[in-house]
Amino acid sequence: MTLSEVAAITGSAGDFTVTVKESPRYVDVNKCIACGACAEKCPKKVASEYDAATGKRKAIYVKYAQAVPLKYQIDPNSCIRLKKPGACGFCETACDAGAINFNDTEKIHEINVGAVVLAPGFEAYDPTSAGVWGYGTFPNVITSLQLERYLSASGPTEGHLVRPSDGKPVNKVAFLQCIGSRDENLCGNGYCSSVCCMYAIKEAVIAKDHVPGLAASIFYMDMRTHGKEFDQYMVRAKENSGVRFIRCRVNGVETDGNSDDLRLSYVNEAGRQVEEFYDLVVLSVGLQTPKHVLELAHQADIKLTASNFAATSDFAPVQTSRQGIFTCGAFAGPKDIPQSVVEGSAAAAAVADLLAPARFQLTTEASFPMEKDVSGDKPRIGVFVCHCGSNIAGVVDVAAVEEYAATLPDVVYVERNLFSCSQDTQEMISKRIQEQNLNRIVIAACTPRTHEPLFRETLKAAGLNEYLVEMANIRNHNSWVHSAEPKAATSKANDLIRMAVAKVAYSNSLRPISVPIYQKGLVIGGGVAGMTAALNMAEQGFEVHLVERSAILGGNALHLKHTWSGEYIPTAVAKLVDKVVLHDKVIIHKEFAVTAVEGFVGNFKSTITGKDGSKKIIEHGAGIVATGAEAYIPTEYNYDSIARVVTSVQFDKLYELNEVHVKKAKNFVFIQCVGSRETGKMYCSKVCCTHSVQSAIALKKENPDRNIYILYRDMRTYGQRENLYREARKLGVIFINYELHGKPNVHEDGQQIDVEVWDHVLHRPLNLKADMVILATAIRPMGDASKLGNLYKVPVDGDGFFQEAHAKLRPVDFSTDGMFVAGMAHYPKPIEESVAQALAASARAVTLLSKKEVSLDAIKATVDETHCDGCALCVDVCPYHAITLVDKKAADGSKAGKVILVNKAQCKGCGLCQGTCPKRGVYVAGFTMEQVNAQVRAALAA
Amino acid sequence: MSFEPKIVAFCCNWCSYAAADLAGTARMQYPHNVRIIRVMCSGMVHPEFVMNALSQGADGVMILG
Repeated sequence: MTLSEVAAITGSAGDFTVTVKESPRYVDVNKCIACGACAEKCPKKVASEYDAATGKRKAIYVKYAQAVPLKYQIDPNSCIRLKKPGACGFCETACDAGAINFNDTEKIHEINVGAVVLAPGFEAYDPTSAGVWGYGTFPNVITSLQLERYLSASGPTEGHLVRPSDGKPVNKVAFLQCIGSRDENLCGNGYCSSVCCMYAIKEAVIAKDHVPGLAASIFYMDMRTHGKEFDQYMVRAKENSGVRFIRCRVNGVETDGNSDDLRLSYVNEAGRQVEEFYDLVVLSVGLQTPKHVLELAHQADIKLTASNFAATSDFAPVQTSRQGIFTCGAFAGPKDIPQSVVEGSAAAAAVADLLAPARFQLTTEASFPMEKDVSGDKPRIGVFVCHCGSNIAGVVDVAAVEEYAATLPDVVYVERNLFSCSQDTQEMISKRIQEQNLNRIVIAACTPRTHEPLFRETLKAAGLNEYLVEMANIRNHNSWVHSAEPKAATSKANDLIRMAVAKVAYSNSLRPISVPIYQKGLVIGGGVAGMTAALNMAEQGFEVHLVERSAILGGNALHLKHTWSGEYIPTAVAKLVDKVVLHDKVIIHKEFAVTAVEGFVGNFKSTITGKDGSKKIIEHGAGIVATGAEAYIPTEYNYDSIARVVTSVQFDKLYELNEVHVKKAKNFVFIQCVGSRETGKMYCSKVCCTHSVQSAIALKKENPDRNIYILYRDMRTYGQRENLYREARKLGVIFINYELHGKPNVHEDGQQIDVEVWDHVLHRPLNLKADMVILATAIRPMGDASKLGNLYKVPVDGDGFFQEAHAKLRPVDFSTDGMFVAGMAHYPKPIEESVAQALAASARAVTLLSKKEVSLDAIKATVDETHCDGCALCVDVCPYHAITLVDKKAADGSKAGKVILVNKAQCKGCGLCQGTCPKRGVYVAGFTMEQVNAQVRAALAA
Repeated sequence: MSFEPKIVAFCCNWCSYAAADLAGTARMQYPHNVRIIRVMCSGMVHPEFVMNALSQGADGVMILG
């Protein structure tokens, strides 16, 4: 349901009634084929929201090219016809599909659901009202979103970076950070938006790629690149791309008076007032909750934080204050794409937990007629040429194409359709297949990437194997891109159809592969992430084996006291342990570790070995790696020799015990980034800034006379944690910045500790007398992570943390199917992010486990035993480890050399094996050597 | 008549083939003498395909992935 808003949510968890208001689209989505003829004729141009007003759109439009559903809509606020009945209406005339409906009306739907997920997202801060940035006044001040459009090939300048004022090339660009974030005065958004540092660096690097010689400067307060591999990216931006970083908050933007150049004046790190001129100033705008979302929150009756984000608990990060209503993404606090995707899956896990008893109640299964065996039959090919309204027929001479197609070998039937994809044409094609006894089909229309699944269904409905269809892409690759050359396009359409006919003649019936699944899970690691994942899977009704190497559950959380928002960790962990221990579907194996693994998705067999040497074999369909991380034991700052130099975790324990040295101490120095963000360990441990700030606040609140110093490189109190940083400063905690090349020196001096550090504000060395020095030490990956990784064929990254399949798209999946990752095994993170990731991993695992078998596409590598001689070249190139070398048996059962065996469940059909094999010993079904060679031959036949 | 080269392009289903689709959606005009063959990965393209294309009259072969 698009163009829809929630008007009310009544009822309670398990039985909500949601009132949804669906605004009229004025376009029938069942008829619209998104050809764009309407927008071409529409005379009304308005600023495009997607292009952040850098470009125009029509009154009838799709928001952007990849929109889902790819259907047009009419904007009633700008449409001439909707404002004045009887006027215009050009789109209606232009639409061959008859999809325009000016009489469309608003609809109210009442939906009965068991749970609700609120994922309304954020809006970018609008800097117009702030005035000082000159946004809206000076044309060359733009927002980061507008720059994104300028840098895009599909943007208003097709990727050329030019000045909006005069179209001249940009030579010097400045990025100003924290616009609409960390700023209570101008906009009231005191929090950090978390994502802007990273996107500014990315945009600066891309801009420099686009414009050789471009000078790009980023003005910032703290570089908050705390995500996985972000610091490495920043170092590369600095050292390889030459992006300049200036630690300074610029207070405003002015023009130079004569040209459209922009003047920035600021105080540099040497304390001097500097004036610089730029062609373009980019405002790195922050994230905020839009007004209509605040109304939605009110409708849903959920609590918000002081910063207007959904209030959640750190141990239930996707659960809102109202039972049965969940949340995810930037509405639950500003965050980047990977974390939003994780929370999306986590919300699904939380909903699945709540609604587990109702699983499968609403599913229906489609049924198809018996499939005809065509293997022995001579090809009888039917070609269906689509007009796509005027999209194809307006350029290509479809009648000539029809005539030509009929002359091709094995083609026995040709027909033209106005829209091949429409429901009635589908039925007609199905009828023709039966009438004409067709056994191979070519659809000459649009792209197989969107429409092949549809035509496969059509074949199935006609009793023909679904793989006996081939599409000729005469729209996207032809009529749309050669619209001014109808003759050439017609001849190319002929070629494309000839190629498809040549290929489909060699197509065979293929069977989708079905793999049975052990409906049980395995979780490795009994910390917060492991327990959360195990519990969620168990609550959803699946048996879970939880393997913990030590004798106790709890992991690193056993050493921690408070989450950033102040929740008491020991109680929450104890509750979690109780729930896991008492759950009859969770089988706990303490003092066991995984020592051997065989199998693949759905069918793993993991051997676990106990401390006493005993072995157990666990059969499971999916596995979650939640093996955590460990604390770095420092060697720097005389940690070994000075007793009162301690780590943060040690300090927490001393503080809780009210130890005499802590109690009496007056001067505390915290040193950040101990073991983090250094050569060889170029990653941020993410939790330490917040941890030190929290300790400092507690110490200061207890006794305001204490002197507390935090020596930091960049304060990374990201998101709503920024409130803690502000509170610490208000309480008088002193923050002193140091650089990697000027680390503090720590020496014992009798009863006190001397800490020497360069002060960047005073521009002289400072000598601090400390009673205690607290080191914010790094989080290290488990030393034996790669050993476990090798067992499951899952990789670790350069730092030693487990590597997910894709940072944004698949943040909890491994590239090995059926294996998932959660918690600090993946990267250092605070508890609420570990919990979210654990829930997400559980959701992903259960997606598999909820089925008795997995059905996989039949486009897979297949061995031709008559040609394969077991040379094994393909074994090494297979990126999915799907190929193994096995003994070949002769007819009499004796050994006859080697041959490869493809595991179809692991094979993705990429065909690297086929491309590598020198002997035609392996091929990909649907893309055989014969088929592709036939296409090549046909392509060049004319 | 001026020389019109014949070009065979092997495009990966997941990236370059999708990009060619998008070029269509964006109505980007380009020369008509390229014939795209969809493969499931550019790594699938066997040297034999390239040799065949060249020996059968292609003036150029592109492998896009």
